[in-house]
Amino acid sequence: MSAALETRLLCKRFGALTVAENINFALEPGARHALIGPNGAGKTTFVNLLTGRLAPSSGQVMLAGEDITKVGAPGRVKRGLGRTFQINTLFRNMSVLDNVALGVAERTGVAMRFWRPAAKYSEVRDEALALLDSLGIADEARRNVADLPYGKQRLVEIAIALGLKPNVLLLDEPAAGVPTLESERILEALAKLPKEMAILIIEHDMDLVFRFASHITVLVQGAVLCEGTPTEIRADARVREVYLGERHG
Amino acid sequence: MRHPVGYNANHRLRLTEYLPWVLAIATFFFLGDYLSLGARVLTYILFALSLDLIVGYAGIVTLGHAAFFGTGAYVAGVLSVKVGLTDPILQVLAGAAAAGVLGVITGAVVLRTRALTQLMLTLAVAALCFEVANKANSLTGGADGLSGVNVAPILGVFKFDMFGKTAYLWCLGLLFIGWFIVRRLVYSPFGASLTGIHQNSVRMQTIGAPVYTRLLMVYAFSAVIAGAAGVLLMQTSQFVGLNVLGFEPSGELLVMLTLGGVGRLYGAFVGPIVYLIAQDYLAKQFPEYWYFGIGLLLVLVVMFARGGVLGIIDAALARLRRKP
Repeated sequence: MSAALETRLLCKRFGALTVAENINFALEPGARHALIGPNGAGKTTFVNLLTGRLAPSSGQVMLAGEDITKVGAPGRVKRGLGRTFQINTLFRNMSVLDNVALGVAERTGVAMRFWRPAAKYSEVRDEALALLDSLGIADEARRNVADLPYGKQRLVEIAIALGLKPNVLLLDEPAAGVPTLESERILEALAKLPKEMAILIIEHDMDLVFRFASHITVLVQGAVLCEGTPTEIRADARVREVYLGERHG
Repeated sequence: MRHPVGYNANHRLRLTEYLPWVLAIATFFFLGDYLSLGARVLTYILFALSLDLIVGYAGIVTLGHAAFFGTGAYVAGVLSVKVGLTDPILQVLAGAAAAGVLGVITGAVVLRTRALTQLMLTLAVAALCFEVANKANSLTGGADGLSGVNVAPILGVFKFDMFGKTAYLWCLGLLFIGWFIVRRLVYSPFGASLTGIHQNSVRMQTIGAPVYTRLLMVYAFSAVIAGAAGVLLMQTSQFVGLNVLGFEPSGELLVMLTLGGVGRLYGAFVGPIVYLIAQDYLAKQFPEYWYFGIGLLLVLVVMFARGGVLGIIDAALARLRRKP
């Protein structure tokens, strides 16, 4: 069986600067995979290459065995590749429900309907509400998203991505900027995600990474340094040197 | 007055939404002397409504919306003079369709850009249309304008009389249809997705929305309405002047919409009325400086009341509600 998401010799250069170098990476179906690396290692660039926001200089991106290198960002979403953003990228002057419903409507094709009022599409509303409920923020559905505390906004960010029913979900620092207490809630929410969904998480919080992921890839200066289970990564001398070493001595 | 749209929204007609129509009908019965001015106001409201759809809801910036207004007027006018197409309904359909086609073609270019570049391109499109109409002397009459336009009775029955009664009701009828369609659209899932694009087009792309296609659709549709409004202008004045394609109507229209309130549907109703009344008053008081007064009004609105007249009313109502 082919990997849920795979890259082959993926490269990205900006002039003389190489930000992704021959990355071979595979995300298995149902995986709980983490991508870590020091600041500036090219993690977000890599995610942007995966989602199609950036075009690679060379190499391939495969989604469930299909070559999607030339497919644009919306096309990749339609094929089941979802993502969340490191910095909240929400519809700030809309209700929490609308934030999620917009995505659900795109997936189900409702978004092109231009005659019946949106509020009458109860199947879209119900699905959005159910998603908010599963993340524990259904009570906030009618509030303006900009009025929510940051931690809850992060959950809305995840809810939007889930509304697209992705087979592969890329979480770009889901707990960034969130106090420890609330990051616990985010971890809880992540633990409840469907088992068959392949998830790649990019995260700085090592505690969260080691608890969530069963597989870890370490990226340094745009190239894969090594990969393995959390135990192997913890034990790896090179990783300690470039990454953990900075903190743990 | 700013009613939210989307999946939570209450889409039912509110009592205040009957008000414009009640006033319009009252005008017909009680202000018989002002019907030709009234028809012009209704035409401008329809034009402003088309602008609000793309500026207020979809977040497209434009200073060239008169290109569609003028195209509607000219196409219907030229067809009347050269081909003898005098049926008013067919004229509206032809002018609106031509404007829609222009909307698709120019939108395909304009909508690839954003912000200032977009603004400049819309200006350029309008300038091109102006020059085409200016040079195509034999068809459009060039700088002298297009006269000798004929408009047959509506459905062969209702003649455009000299008191402007038919013209007024005709404009009112078309405005009603335009308003009804735009209102449906704004509250629909499509309308919600436009608001989404306005607020965060990058995010819309990442949830799989074909942003460009959707903007192109609404842009072309807005052009259709603006074109229909242009035909109304041609029919009620029986003349098309080159100035309908100039910078002034585009700029004026944006000022009207800003004064009324952008993105509120009814700002398009209030704006032209406020503008034309202010223009009338200022022109009487300060015949040489009336434009200065309009400018001052605009600066004040933009600085202190971003929501326009409707925004001021909103704020006042909210304050009243807070006090027991």
